[in-house]
Order: sequence, then structure tokens, then C-alpha cells
Amino acid sequence: MRIPPKYTQKGAIALLGGATLLTLAILIFIIVFILEKGLPVLSFNFLFKNPEDMGRAGGIFPTLIGTIILPLLAIIIATPLGIFTSVYLSEYTKETRATKIIRFGTDCLAGIPSIIFGLFGYIFFVITLEMGWSILSGGLTLAVMILPTIIRTSEEAIRAVPKSYREVSFSLGATGWQTVKKVILPNALPGIVTGIMLSIGRAIGETAAVIFTAGSSLRLPGSILDSTRTMAVHFYILAREGISAENAYGTAAALIIAVLFVNLSAYWLMHRFISKRS
Amino acid sequence: MKLIGEKGVTKVLMITAFSAISILLLIALFIINEGLPFIFKYGAGNFLLSSDWQPHLNKFGIYPMIVASIWVTLGAMIVGAPLGVAGALFLSEYVPRTIMRIVKPTIELLAAIPSVVYGFIGVMVLAPLIRKNFGGPGLSLLAASIILGVMILPTVISISIDSILAVPQSYREGSLALGATTWQTIHMVTIKASKSGIIASIILGLGRAIGETMAVIMVAGNSVNIPHSPLDSVRTLTANIALEMSYATGMHRQALFATGVVLLIVIIILNSIASVAIRKRISKR
Repeated sequence: MRIPPKYTQKGAIALLGGATLLTLAILIFIIVFILEKGLPVLSFNFLFKNPEDMGRAGGIFPTLIGTIILPLLAIIIATPLGIFTSVYLSEYTKETRATKIIRFGTDCLAGIPSIIFGLFGYIFFVITLEMGWSILSGGLTLAVMILPTIIRTSEEAIRAVPKSYREVSFSLGATGWQTVKKVILPNALPGIVTGIMLSIGRAIGETAAVIFTAGSSLRLPGSILDSTRTMAVHFYILAREGISAENAYGTAAALIIAVLFVNLSAYWLMHRFISKRS
Repeated sequence: MKLIGEKGVTKVLMITAFSAISILLLIALFIINEGLPFIFKYGAGNFLLSSDWQPHLNKFGIYPMIVASIWVTLGAMIVGAPLGVAGALFLSEYVPRTIMRIVKPTIELLAAIPSVVYGFIGVMVLAPLIRKNFGGPGLSLLAASIILGVMILPTVISISIDSILAVPQSYREGSLALGATTWQTIHMVTIKASKSGIIASIILGLGRAIGETMAVIMVAGNSVNIPHSPLDSVRTLTANIALEMSYATGMHRQALFATGVVLLIVIIILNSIASVAIRKRISKR
């Protein structure tokens, strides 16, 4: 017996709609769960005081510094590399074997799990280049990790700049680089910045790649060669070693707020960018 | 003068682009260089197919971890793929575009939540639920599968939506004009036309699941054994690396890098399949 199309249609709506609602409900649950338990712990003192007794008491100030400085370093290294690469891919070459190789390479790089970046950063930066567990090793490792995201989003943003803009620039006698500098990059900027923001979000939440390269020292770093601990790593250690559930929730809430803030800003920027275009 | 500058710029850009890619080679090189000699010395068969993982006795068989990784990844697919594809179909076919444009980025926020937070939710919420309702330790293959299933949702949904939206509107109109309902159009026309993109989204999700580390360490229980039930505690390849890396030296460390080599090969194969599937879709247009 066949079910009449009218009923399969209704069943499909219920099932597919249910799946969508479930997905949204999970997202909301995670955010609400962490914030509900963590917000009461969050306070000015918690954020800006030094931890005591391995994080059992006190605040998370050094990890706040670590969370700011590591992604910042990664962005400073990866942004010029990523933008130059995407300019080369979109403006300076036709589709050749070379660009195909570069593209395949960035795709591969994007799919590599963070633990592999951690292993690489450990053996290359920490051991071979003798940087030790440091902000520098961690920042370089994170830079490698976020590079594909920056290349891809920048390339998309550059390709979205209308062709006529380039033609006008060229017809005025501008060279390729002048066109890139004065016309293409300014117009692609919001898209590029969106990619950078998303990368910062990823770097803030990263644990596996950071713990093996930047280490987990709870002291305030004095130089770029000192080890540091990010909020994500601190949260992982507090939760896993059962040091303090209360402080774990507080750190998680700070982490979620930071990540959501960065990502929502990225979306807001992208939205403005798109609505300006159309 | 201008022309010389122009040529210089082209060179600099080209060098930058290739150095970005050489980083990939560097990663592969260093991991392989550290791991591959071990595989030859210890024997690939012994390494991959023995169940004896006792680093203090120089016994390094990763077979249980391979099996665990496969099960956890399959489990994540069973949880995440239907849910994700269903969500993608609903958002692209049943919901007005304006709502889709709000809901899709919202769901993509799931990808922004750090994996340690997923792991924590697994420990605090999911594991006790499993322990209470099904028995066992709670921290298990099942818990890891569910958490990873949720973690791959944004990948599956986002890439599926892109490929479903790439199906020409005329296909749908043709089907609807013949009197088909939206659902008939979806399963007879839209899914068929966007099949390779949907499959690619699932494969990319698999790649993400097999490579996930921190969430799995927190929820899978981490005992080295071949699971007999979804309620058993397991240790995946990634967890094995991350758990022991901090204190491993000598041969033990090499064995962990060799585990990384295995992982890297699996991931590159999965991603190549996915990128072929995506490219097939584009060239068909």
C-alpha cells in the first residue's frame, strides 16, 4: 500500500523541521547551560586576579592574557601571508597546474586536525627550532592552522569585487599592483576582516594545538619566549583533573562569551558587506 | 620603473603563495620523518594489527585505537548525517530564504564552540544520562559518538545547503509542474541532483570527527580495548596521541608520531575524496 503524497509531505515537514529544531535546541542548550552555571562565577575579580592553588581559587588573569596574545600573534603572522596568497591566486594567475596545487594544498591544510598541528608545532618549533614551550611556538602553530581560512575567505572577498572596478582602474593606466592596492583590497576589506575574525574565534577555542606548543604555565608571561596558558587550556585542565568545577564553569563562560562575541561580530560585518554590495 | 616594480610584486606574491603550501609539506615531512622510521623498525603489521599497547614494555600495537576511531566516527555519522541532511533540506526547501539566511549562520555557531566545551557538556550532561539509562561507565563509545555527531552538524548542514541551493530552480519547477509535492520533488529530484555535494559534506564531517581530540578525550573513557558494546570505554587514535604526548620519550614518542602518520594519511584520503566529489558537482554544471 502506498502512503498518499499528502501524508508523506506532512510527515516530511514534521521530520525535517524536527531535525532543524533539534539542532537549534542543542546549540541553545549548550550556551545556556554554560552561561547559567558560569555567569555567577564571572566577576571583575575573577577575570583580573591571579589564580591561587593551581586554579582552585582566585582568578584567571594570566590565561586571559594568554588568550589575547596567542591569537594576536597568530593573526599578525598569518594575515599578510594569507592575503598575499589569495591576491596571487585570484589576480595574478589563470587556472594553471600551479594554482591547482596551491588550492589542493590549502584544502588539505584546512582538513588537518588540530592534534596534528600540535604534533608538528611541538617537533618543529618547540624541539627543532629550540623555541621551547612558548608564546612564539604556540602563535606560529596557530598561524599555520588558521592560514587556510584566511586564504579562502580573502580569495572569496577579492573575487566578489566587480570586474568593472578593475577595468576602470586599468583604463586609467594603473598597474596590476596599483589596482590591487587602491581598488581591490579596500573593496574586499570587510570580507577579509570577516575571515580574520572567524580565525581569531577558532584560535581562541583551540586546545590540542596550543597545549603542546605554548605549554600550560600559569605564570604571567614576561616575554614571547615564556610559556603561557590560554583560557581553553585552563578550562580543560580544571575540568579534566577535577580541580574546581566552579572555576571551570566560570572559565567556560568567559571562553564562550569571547568566542560568540568574535563570531557574531564577524557575521555582522559580513552582513553589512553583503547588503552594501546588493 | 613601474614595470620593474610590477614584476617584483608578482614574484613576491608567487613566493608567498608557494611558501604557504610548503608549510603543508613541512608538516607532512616532520611528522613522517619522526613516525615512519618507527613503523619500519617495529613492523607495520605489528604496529597496525597488534592489540598490545604497553609503552613501558616497548609494545606498541594500535589496533584497538584504530577500531575505536572507526566506530566513533561511524557513530558520529549515524547521529550527525541524517540530522544534518534533514536540517539542510528543511532550511533550503521548506523555509523562506530570509529565515534560512538567519538560521544557517546561527547553526554555524555550533562550529565556533570550542571542542573542550563539547567535551565538558559530554561529561556533565550526557555521560550521567547514559549511565543512568543504559548502565556502564557513561564515558563511552556512545557518548563520544553523540558528541561528535553534534560537532559535525555545522559542516554537514552548511555544505549540504550550498550544494542543494546549487540545483537549478528549473528542475524543481519541472517536478512541481508535474503535480509532485515538495517532498516528492525533494526525494526524487533535489536529492539526486545534489547527491555528490551532500556526500562530500558527510565525508568532510567524517574527517572532522576522526581528527577531533579534546572532546573525545573527555567523553570516550580512554581505556585501550576493542569495544564490544556502545557502552564500552574506548580510546581513539587522536586521544592516544594527546594523552601520552606530554610524557613520552624515545621510542614511545616515535610511536605516537607514527600514530599521527596513520591519522594524517586517513584524513588526506577522506579530504581528497570529498574535494573530488565537490569538483564533480561544479564541473557538471
